[in-house]
Amino acid sequence: MSVNLNTVALTKRYGSETAIDNLNLSLESGQIVGLLGPNGSGKTTLIKMISGLLTPNSGEILVADKKIGKESKALVSYLPERCALPDWMKIGELVTMYKDFFNDFDENRAYAMLKDLDLDLKKTFKALSKGNREKVQLILCMSRNAKIYCLDEPIGGVDPAARDYILRTILQNYCEDSTVIISTHLIRDIEGVIDRVLFLKKGQVILNTTVDEIREEKKMSVDALFREVFAC
Amino acid sequence: MWEFTNDRPIYLQLIEQIKLRVINGTYKPGDKVPSVREIAMEAGVNPNTVQRAFLELERSGILSTQRTLGRFVTDKETDIQNNRDDMAKEQVEIFVGKMKELGLSGEDVIRLVQAYLNEEGK
Repeated sequence: MSVNLNTVALTKRYGSETAIDNLNLSLESGQIVGLLGPNGSGKTTLIKMISGLLTPNSGEILVADKKIGKESKALVSYLPERCALPDWMKIGELVTMYKDFFNDFDENRAYAMLKDLDLDLKKTFKALSKGNREKVQLILCMSRNAKIYCLDEPIGGVDPAARDYILRTILQNYCEDSTVIISTHLIRDIEGVIDRVLFLKKGQVILNTTVDEIREEKKMSVDALFREVFAC
Repeated sequence: MWEFTNDRPIYLQLIEQIKLRVINGTYKPGDKVPSVREIAMEAGVNPNTVQRAFLELERSGILSTQRTLGRFVTDKETDIQNNRDDMAKEQVEIFVGKMKELGLSGEDVIRLVQAYLNEEGK
């Protein structure tokens, strides 16, 4: 096992608001991590900084010992909360674009998954249902051989069957030397899939433990604990 | 089908369900069991959790690993018998506990079970 993510005193402010507050975090390979917290707790900000899309005000992030930049971006596969793909492109063209962009992209894996879904490569992305758009984005994201997969709300807004598909696709494609970070509010759906749980509150990690430890010690589900900790 | 409740560690539930499959013959003595990844996909759970359950099952002798070949169900019938007895005993404990909560005596329990079995046997 190796450390894929290391943050030291990481801080991000938007004006007078502190989104991420002096965050120290270390994540090892071979884990699927649930990044959980109420709205505005800093989940997306953290994910965007790991992906190199936002610059911290202070502190440091290392992705597999690399500082954020060209080299780290080559190691992080990011699935945004809102779709960022050019929606006029055909599915097949998107695969080609990913192939051009990312050295670690395995096009055969992408084609195999698209075939399983029975999706026509000539269809434009715009013409797909919401569920299928989410699936295509995830397939593109998970077809990279990345060190860290940052998935921001991958199962929000799709039906339960599509959620199962998405979670299974994550399980199928991540490997022992990578780390998957999933941010979501649908805790119940991901409880069985994740190893580790991070509770984020006002930009700080207030809990960093495993699902089994929570169940063993507190005799409750992660979902129930979340409701207790973040009760308003 | 794999089903999990929310209040207990998933690896413990996996152990129970795999044991049950061995006891009821879904996985037969000496058979190869599915790989970590196969079970993870089938059950929709984390591979590390399956791995943890497998290690526990190996320690208790229900499964054994043969290098490069995979994992196999024990071919010792006595091991399987013992596990069946243990699981049955656990269920009896739970059942008798509930009967006592209802204020029933040991004889009452036996009488009720006998009556139920007679009824079911008809």
